[in-house]
Amino acid sequence: MKVLVSVKRVVDFNVRIQIKPDGSGVVTDGVKHSMNPFDEIAMEEAVRLKEKGTVTEIVAVAIGGAKSEETLRTALAFGADRAILVKEEGEVQPLTAARALAALAKKESPGLFLLGKQAIDDDANQTGQMLAALLDQAQATFASRLEIDGNKAKVTREVDAGLETLEIDLPAVVTADLRLNEPRYLKLPDIMKAKKKTLDTVTLADLGVSVAAGLKTTKTSAPPVRGKGIIVKTVDELVAALKQKGLA
Amino acid sequence: MAVERDAMQYDILIVGGGPAGLSAAIRLKQLALAAGTELGVCVLEKGSEVGAHILSGAVFEPRALDELIPDWKAKGAPLKTPVSGDDVHYFWSATSATRLPGLLVPKPMHNQGNYIVSLGQVCRWLGQQAEGLGVEIYPGFAAQSAIIEAGVVQGVTLSDMGVGRDGQPKDGYAPGMELRAKYTLFAEGCRGHIGKQLIRQFDLDQDADPQHYAIGIKELWEVPAENFKPGLVVHGAGWPLDNANPGGSFLYHFEDNKVSVGLIVDLSYRNPWLSPFDEFQRFKHHPVIAKYLKGGKRIAYGARAITKGGINSLPKMVFPGGGLIGCELGTLNFSKIKGSHTAMKSGMLAAEAFGAALLKGGSGGDTLAAYPELFRASWLYDELFRSRNFGGFLHKFGALVGGAINWIEQNIFGGRFPFTVHDRIPDHATLAAAAESPKLEYRKPDGVLSFDKLSSVFLSSTNHEEDQPVHLKLTDPSIPLSTNLLRYAEPAQRYCPAGVYEIVGQGQERKFQINAQNCVHCKTCDIKDPAQNITWVAPEGSGGPNYASM
Repeated sequence: MKVLVSVKRVVDFNVRIQIKPDGSGVVTDGVKHSMNPFDEIAMEEAVRLKEKGTVTEIVAVAIGGAKSEETLRTALAFGADRAILVKEEGEVQPLTAARALAALAKKESPGLFLLGKQAIDDDANQTGQMLAALLDQAQATFASRLEIDGNKAKVTREVDAGLETLEIDLPAVVTADLRLNEPRYLKLPDIMKAKKKTLDTVTLADLGVSVAAGLKTTKTSAPPVRGKGIIVKTVDELVAALKQKGLA
Repeated sequence: MAVERDAMQYDILIVGGGPAGLSAAIRLKQLALAAGTELGVCVLEKGSEVGAHILSGAVFEPRALDELIPDWKAKGAPLKTPVSGDDVHYFWSATSATRLPGLLVPKPMHNQGNYIVSLGQVCRWLGQQAEGLGVEIYPGFAAQSAIIEAGVVQGVTLSDMGVGRDGQPKDGYAPGMELRAKYTLFAEGCRGHIGKQLIRQFDLDQDADPQHYAIGIKELWEVPAENFKPGLVVHGAGWPLDNANPGGSFLYHFEDNKVSVGLIVDLSYRNPWLSPFDEFQRFKHHPVIAKYLKGGKRIAYGARAITKGGINSLPKMVFPGGGLIGCELGTLNFSKIKGSHTAMKSGMLAAEAFGAALLKGGSGGDTLAAYPELFRASWLYDELFRSRNFGGFLHKFGALVGGAINWIEQNIFGGRFPFTVHDRIPDHATLAAAAESPKLEYRKPDGVLSFDKLSSVFLSSTNHEEDQPVHLKLTDPSIPLSTNLLRYAEPAQRYCPAGVYEIVGQGQERKFQINAQNCVHCKTCDIKDPAQNITWVAPEGSGGPNYASM
């Protein structure tokens, strides 16, 4: 079975996000970027499936600017067999990404799509769901456990009430949650080998995909700064303080 | 635990992707290209990416870069803000200061033709140039120790990944590889932890004065456009420091309304109550500094130790199988407070020596005299020789008198007094007893110009995998609470700019706590601990600060 894993280049999770002075977005120049952590988990799961023999080929896909090539090289170092960059320097909204992946599905016919449940830059949590809809395939989001058995998959999902286990038909779209696995450490020799693996570049136009522009960012601002706290000595004081704020 | 390690072989291995290491790598590839042959060059960088652990002022002198990549402008080097003005102030007190007339400024402090840069950005750009030439750069991999066989350095072993706090392997444990090379160049920066071992093992410093250090603490501010004067350099001496606890300050108007501000405190300071961090915080309240920061916003914070002993403290540069370059060697010119161009030049000279030996068919492993010979004949040696007395003057005579003597030597004698001033007390031995020192009380930060340590470390984007062995090792765990606390009120609590060291609890419960995950890799503890009881070792690769444009 072939697996397609989509990986996104995002501002690294360790970076303290700065808002551009004009409020048009966040500062990305000169800032460390890396693979979206949930996509790393998806990638790791694909590699584990391949190690078990369930999967025969892993194709990593990124949709973004030329620098996304670095992210694909990381995916190749994890263990993807080859990579495809869908090059688009402009904004890529979830629907654009889903359309691009759906178009690639026609060419590649994967038995399984593995995606991160969301990207930590826009936190949209939409691409996987949109992709499943476009392909008219089953979807299992927020996966914390994945077992493949023939042309069916058993997926444990993290839902508000606890865990829910679904059985779905393949091909399907599965999105990875935090507890699905713990991604491995990349090894130097694998990073070296990754430099020599195949990385094809296509454009949205090549795939016949139109850019979605349904979302418009009107303003980006920092969360309000937490005000000074007070220390109360008794429960009565606490209740009084809460009442004063209209909270009790 | 016997561990099987993969190994790889290169012609030259460079430990550290800063200005020295990257310049050496670029020069090696240029030489190979010119000779029509190949040299396998690998650069290891412990930061999560090239530039992540780089912190400098920085006023950048392009002399070495002009030699290394003459068309750097066309290649898009991030040198965009030429220095437009040089202000030097003597700060008398928290409220008063005198600006020195240009004539009285020592020549090495003139910055015409220099640029205000982010050294992190310069390194990222150098990294791209190096990769373009075929250098293999591996960020996120920390060299743990040198491989020494039969007295010859053969390369390094990388730190293991996936070891728990208790020292036991976790799931996903990956033993560090061995990277072997004909020659290994160490470019870890100031007080590199492997360099420190090599200096000891090969007695590299036996004929040198003790090395001297300072700690530099820096913040990046975004200031209102009306406060911003692109290219303006403001240097200061005096308050909040003094002759017993010397240092200097800087404020550079960088680009896009960004201002770098920082304080450099000599680690020869005497008062154990002194906190470099708090001195820096109160320094920003001085009207000369505050007027630029007013209405602005702090966007980044970091700290790093500086090697400043200069030529008198320079250890031997070579040992069997390799050499030291950059701040690992100690090439910073303290009278200019600049180390980038000298670090780059030392890397280039090493590359020329080691590269030539290999291109001639050498098999490496020897002690290469050609590198120190090239160094002796270079402008780098000349520049460091002229500045050799600066630190000594300041330590012996203080900022005003020492500064005046320095002015005479630099501006009248061209840096060539017929004598050399030595400074033979190592920085860890300068502390006076706490009981005999004036206790310093620092005002609470106001949250506008001054801040506390934790909110500062937050802005360095520092991160370490939590479940790993503590990378700050105590040789004798009892010393912090015994001699250090009794005699010096445990100064680690104050000299650490990241709040790594704390004494918590009372009475029997009292303990010395090491918050290793806060560590910004400045190395001050390794230098200043009066008992020399703290050893900084590399944590798991990619841990540490993630500086964007420091």
